[in-house]
Amino acid sequence: MLMEKNRIKIRIYRKDPEKDAKGYFQEFDVPVEEGMVVLDAVNYVTEHYDQTIAVRWNCKAARCGSCAAEINGMPKLMCKTRIDQLGGVVSIEPMHAFPLVKDLVTDVNENYETERAMPEFTPKEEKEPWIIDEMDVLRSQEFRKCIECFLCQDVCHVIRDHTTKYIGPRHVAKAASLDMHPADSLDRSKILTEEKGLGYCNVTKCCQEVCPEHIKITDNAIIPEKERAADGFYDPIMMLIGKIKKRKNGKNVE
Amino acid sequence: MNEYKELDSDILIIGSGGAGLRAAIEAGANGASVVVVSKSLLGKAHTVMAEGGIAASLGDVDSKDSWEVHFSDTIIEGVFLGNWRMAEILAKEAPERVYELERYGALFDRTPEGKIMQRAFGAHTYRRLCHVGDKTGLELIRTLEDRILHMNNISVMDETLITKIVSKDNKVIGAIGFEMKTGKFVVFNTKSVIIATGGLGRIYKITSNSWESTGDGIALAFKAGAKLVDMEMIQFHPTGMVWPPGVKGLLVTEGVRGEGGILLNSKGERFMLRYSPKKKELDARDVVARAIYNEIKNGNGTEHGGVYLDITHKGAAFIKKKLPAMYEQFKEFAGIDITKEKMEVAPTVHYFMGGILVDAETCKTNIEGLYAAGETAGGLHGANRLGGNSLADILVFGRRAGLYASEYIKNAKAGKMGVREIEAEIDNVKKYIDNKNKGVNPYEMTDKLRNAMEEYVGIIRNEKDLKTALDIVYKLKKESAKCKVSGDMKFNKGFIECIELNNMLLLAECMIKSALERKESRGAHTRSDYPEKSSDWEVNIICNNVNGDIILESAAIPEIPERLKKILKQ
Repeated sequence: MLMEKNRIKIRIYRKDPEKDAKGYFQEFDVPVEEGMVVLDAVNYVTEHYDQTIAVRWNCKAARCGSCAAEINGMPKLMCKTRIDQLGGVVSIEPMHAFPLVKDLVTDVNENYETERAMPEFTPKEEKEPWIIDEMDVLRSQEFRKCIECFLCQDVCHVIRDHTTKYIGPRHVAKAASLDMHPADSLDRSKILTEEKGLGYCNVTKCCQEVCPEHIKITDNAIIPEKERAADGFYDPIMMLIGKIKKRKNGKNVE
Repeated sequence: MNEYKELDSDILIIGSGGAGLRAAIEAGANGASVVVVSKSLLGKAHTVMAEGGIAASLGDVDSKDSWEVHFSDTIIEGVFLGNWRMAEILAKEAPERVYELERYGALFDRTPEGKIMQRAFGAHTYRRLCHVGDKTGLELIRTLEDRILHMNNISVMDETLITKIVSKDNKVIGAIGFEMKTGKFVVFNTKSVIIATGGLGRIYKITSNSWESTGDGIALAFKAGAKLVDMEMIQFHPTGMVWPPGVKGLLVTEGVRGEGGILLNSKGERFMLRYSPKKKELDARDVVARAIYNEIKNGNGTEHGGVYLDITHKGAAFIKKKLPAMYEQFKEFAGIDITKEKMEVAPTVHYFMGGILVDAETCKTNIEGLYAAGETAGGLHGANRLGGNSLADILVFGRRAGLYASEYIKNAKAGKMGVREIEAEIDNVKKYIDNKNKGVNPYEMTDKLRNAMEEYVGIIRNEKDLKTALDIVYKLKKESAKCKVSGDMKFNKGFIECIELNNMLLLAECMIKSALERKESRGAHTRSDYPEKSSDWEVNIICNNVNGDIILESAAIPEIPERLKKILKQ
C-alpha cells in the first residue's frame, strides 16, 4: 500500500536570531511514502527547495539524539516520528528550552558544562578484574540507554517556566547512573538537592513521557535520589525489606 | 582580508568518535594541550551506532581464548592482507583497554560469575565480544565523553568542520576550518594533528553509516600528502534493514546471529547451510553478505528485496534483554515485533577497511606530526574486518595515536602558517556561497555519486562497471566545480554538502582506481572477471598524491615473523 502520490504540508520554523527580530513558519509541500519520518520530509525540503534551512541530524536511527525538535508542539525525535501517520499540516519547531542557533537548531552545549560540574565516576578500591553481579548492573544500565537528545530537559516545566538552578532530568538520570553503579564510591544525592535544585522537581513525570528510550527518569532516578537525600533509603528493594522488617518488629510508624 | 580567530594547541584531534576521544584522553594525561574538533555534537559520533561489542580475548566465557587466537582470527579473516604487527598489537592490548574502560565507568553485561559477558560473533573462534546489550558503542562513547569533560587540558569544539590540514616541508603546522554554529573561520596553530574522522559509508546510497561518515579526514590527509592504503576494501555488512525506505541500510547487528538468529530465503530454506556448512550464519561478513546477495539475485528474495532473519525461537524475554535496540528499531520504524515476526534484511555498506597508511607501532603517517587512528586509518583489517574488532581498534590505536603524538610534540617546534595560505583557503571555501547566481545543486551531485557507487562499485565488481563508475566520477568532478548554495555560512547544510561532496569524489576516485587495479577476488573485494584469489596480489595497493594526481603503487605486505607464523599454523 504505497502512498507515493500522497503529499503532505509541513511548516518549518525559521529564524536567525542575528538577523530576524521575529521567527516565522515557512510552509512546504512534500511527497509522502509509507514509513517516512519527519526528518525525511525536512531533508526533502533542504535538498529540493531551500538548502539554507538549519537542521541537525546524524544517525537517522534514533541512536544519537541529534534531531530533537517540537513536532506539533510535542518534544520528539524527527527521525523517529512517522509523518505518514500524522494528519493535517505538520509543524516543526526547535526545542524551546535552549538558546536558538538558527531555524531548527539550538545550542545544547550548556548540558556539557552541567555534566562537567557533576562529580565523575569514582571507583571503590577493589581487586581487579572486578566481579559484579548482573543484578547490580541492571539498574544503572537503564539510565545508560540515554542518547542525550535533551527532550526531557526541553519538556521540563521547571526549566521552561522558572528561573531556578534545577539541572534537569537528564542530569539527575546521569547522576543516578553513577550513584547506582555498583563500583562507584560517591553519593551525589546531597549535591543534587543542595546545589542542583532537585527539590524544585515536583514529579509530574513529563520527562519520562517524552523519553524516546523509555527511561523511567522520574520513577527510577529522580524519586530515588530525592529519597536517598531525605533519609538515606534510596534503594526501593531495601526500602521494602526495611518496611517488612519494621512490620515484623511491630514498629510500623507509617 | 577575511576574518578568523586563531587557536593554539599542542595537538589537534579531528573527530570525536571512540578513536578521537581515546586519543585525547591519552594525550591529555601525558600533559599535552588538546583541542578536539568534530563535525557532529560531542557524544553523537558514529561510534554510538556500534552494537555488537568489543573483541578482546578476556576468556571470561571461553577460557581457552588468548591473544594468539584473536591475532590468528584477525589475520585469516583479513585474507592475509592485514598488517601483522597491527593485528598483534590489537590482540594483545584489547583486553587491557576493556578493563580500563570499565575503570572509567563503563558497565558491561556480566556472566553468572560476575565477570564481563562475551558473545559469539562471525568468524571469531571463541565467544569474545564484551558488550552492553546491543548498545556497546553508546556506552563506550558516553564513558569516554565523561572522562574528557572532567579533564582540564582538553577542550572540545563540536560542530566544527576542518577544510584543510596545513603542512610545511612535510611537517604539520596547523589546520583551517569553520564553526558551523557561527559560520566563522578558525585557524588552528598546532604541532600535531590526529585524524580520527571514521569511515566513508555515505559515498554509497545504502549504508549503515551516519550522516557524518563522508571520509573527510581521509581526504584531508591525502590532500596534505599522506598515503592511502587498501582503498578498494569496503565491507558490506550482511544484514541491513530493507524496509521502510527511510531506514533502508540501517544496521541489524550481527549480535542477532551471534545470539542464535538464522537466515532464511523466501522458500523458507536455511541457505547458509549450503554456502557455509560449518560456520553457517556466523561465517565472515564477506561470505554471508555474498550469500545473501546471491539468494536475492537468484529470485529467492523477500517482498522488499531481502532475506529473512529469524530470532523468534529465542523468546521475547531473551530478545528484549539481549537485543533491546533491535526490538525497538523494528517496532518503531517497520511496525514489526521481532519476538514474533521475522526481520527482512539485505547487505549494507558498513565499514571501510582501507584508509590512511600509518605506522603500526605509532599511528604516524608519512607526514611528520600527522597521525591517524580508527576507521580512518588502514592496514589492520586487511581485506575483511571481523565484527567487534573496530571497537577494539579505536581503543587500542586511539590510545597509541594520543600517546605517540604527545611524545612527538615534546621536541617539535611550532610552525607558523602564512597569511596568504590562510586567506587562499578561506576564499576557496567561501566560493560555494553565492546569492546572485544559481549554481549546481550539491545534493543532486551527491545523489548521482551514491547511485553510481551502489550500482557499479558494489559487492560484485568487474572492469566494465568500474570504468563506468570512474567516468561518472570524472564527470561529476567537473560539474561539482559549479556547485553553489545561497544564504551564509551559518549552519548551512547545503554549504557543508559542497565540501563533503568534494571529499567524497576524491575518495571515490581512489576506491575505483584501486578496485580496477586489484585483478583478483579477496575478502570484501570480489571481481566477477577475476573470481579467484591470486598469490600475485598479496600486496597492498597504495594511493600517492603526486601533485594532486592519484598515483597507484603496489607495496609488498610486511612478512609475518616466524614466531607469529607458528601461531597461524595452529
